[in-house]
Amino acid sequence: MRNSSSIPQTLAQKIVACAAGRESVAPGEIVTCKVDLAMFHDSSGPRRLQPMLERLGAKVWDANKVVLITDHYVPANDDDSRKIIRIARDWARDNQIKNFYDSVGICHVVLPQKGHLKPGMFAVGGDSHSPTGGAFGAYMFGIGATEMLGVVVTGEIWLKVPQTILMRWNGRLSAGVTAKDLMLFLCGKFGLDGGQYQAVEFAGEAIAALDMQERMTITNMSAELGAQTGLIAPDETTAAYLRQAGAQDFDIAAWQGDADAPLLATHEFDAATLSPQIAAPHSPANAAAVGDYNERIDIAYIGACTGAKLTDLRAAAQVLRGKKIAQGTELLVGPASKQDQDEAQADGTLQALVDAGAKILPTSCGACAGYGDYRFGENINVISSTARNFKGRMGAASSRVFLGSPYSVAAAAVQGRICDPRDLLGK
Amino acid sequence: MSNSGRIWKLGDNIDTDVLAPGRYMKFGIEEIASHCLEALLPDFASTVQPGDVIVAGRNFGAGSSREQAPQALKHLGVAAVLAPSFAGLFYRNALNLGLPVLVCEAAPTIADNLPCSVDFETGTVKAGGQTYRCEPIPGFLLAMLRDGGLLPHLEKKLAAERTLERKPA
Repeated sequence: MRNSSSIPQTLAQKIVACAAGRESVAPGEIVTCKVDLAMFHDSSGPRRLQPMLERLGAKVWDANKVVLITDHYVPANDDDSRKIIRIARDWARDNQIKNFYDSVGICHVVLPQKGHLKPGMFAVGGDSHSPTGGAFGAYMFGIGATEMLGVVVTGEIWLKVPQTILMRWNGRLSAGVTAKDLMLFLCGKFGLDGGQYQAVEFAGEAIAALDMQERMTITNMSAELGAQTGLIAPDETTAAYLRQAGAQDFDIAAWQGDADAPLLATHEFDAATLSPQIAAPHSPANAAAVGDYNERIDIAYIGACTGAKLTDLRAAAQVLRGKKIAQGTELLVGPASKQDQDEAQADGTLQALVDAGAKILPTSCGACAGYGDYRFGENINVISSTARNFKGRMGAASSRVFLGSPYSVAAAAVQGRICDPRDLLGK
Repeated sequence: MSNSGRIWKLGDNIDTDVLAPGRYMKFGIEEIASHCLEALLPDFASTVQPGDVIVAGRNFGAGSSREQAPQALKHLGVAAVLAPSFAGLFYRNALNLGLPVLVCEAAPTIADNLPCSVDFETGTVKAGGQTYRCEPIPGFLLAMLRDGGLLPHLEKKLAAERTLERKPA
């Protein structure tokens, strides 16, 4: 008989058990967890939280564990947006939130860049793409503003201990095929509820070979798979990123799942055979190989936490260097963070995009959230490196948004049609 | 805790963008609610009546963490949403905002427009002369729902704690 401390557990269980102050937890049981970090932005954060805090006469449980990032309504171009941003700034000052990042990029990208994430953390975010944090071996998931109020007041949250679905990707992705293609493929195969609101863990040679920003694309889009969180066990690649980001006292070895832990399901894939994937309107689950498409494109959009990180910008530049975008096609690029934009500026990536005809937009959620100025017009055909193409999300209900990798978006901008980006690489 | 109203049928994967469109997210709930579901049912917000019930397909509430999605339905007086499954984030948000959401395997078989009554305490739905049983809402969430959601629930809890603190030992 095993004693309780050696019950084999998945990585998800180990993190939840630690947050619940327990030796081990069993899938399905409901536990109360202590929250290590609560992140929210201008839309889900202060403007919703402050009136509720006032009503309760309550205060923030631990200002050091809160991270506030403005990204949805910046740059603020109208009075309503300016008011929302003002509330965020005032709130950060009044509550002495020292981890406040104002208009320097999208929360899911800025959070690890500023060294806030570490393996084994139990974290919540006021945004559905919060599973992005799982790329660092943290258990991070999205919650709504009222639930965030509960966290901000008590420092705790309830959780039904998840089962784990393992996605093992053997072999290596081929040139011109990315994490984005991999996730669109999984959305197509399993649907928007394939994750069953459980934990999905990604492993295998193809995942291990990805850099941290590509891994973030994987866990980010676990939201589209309907998982509560996506996880990638930390390794030397994680450690190198964390050191550079200035994270302190992190442990890699402690935060690995046990090989014999029971899983809800294991799925095996061969990464080498995966083609670029495109999701047709109006769902990421409408994914198919790029060869099935030939649609004319009016706007090519490289943006958001999913698709405009430094790695994504470099991929687009690989296609666009020395080329021009097609006449009648617009290429919009909104870098995911100021840091990514600066690095892209320094290494010539941004110049390659501009030379090809790209218009550079501010580092914010931009058209992805559909909250601000950049909205697509009636009957426009768009290809986007973002995560969601629900009807009307990014513009008029009659606009048609296709999803693809940064390579595919850049290639479509050059050809004016959806095409296989591998045909343009190195040409 | 029973209501009566009519049924509004919807399909699978109804997303939060269609429930609370992004372009109106900067405004208050009244404005957002007036555009709820307009990309699918342009007349929904103007004709839905308090007590009406949404009966949907799989994965209702897919997408964003924006709690204005369930809040808009609640604001319009929707008494409950029945579906074979919900997106996890939406499910949590709905209960936190005091909107009853019931997992009902038979939801796709229930016809549109029928008069309908829902008792979320027992998970019983009556429509078209039939009775349907839904999965019960876990006890601690039911307690929160009875209070009207997480905010009034916390308010009650904090008030009780403060009363205790004021009493001499």
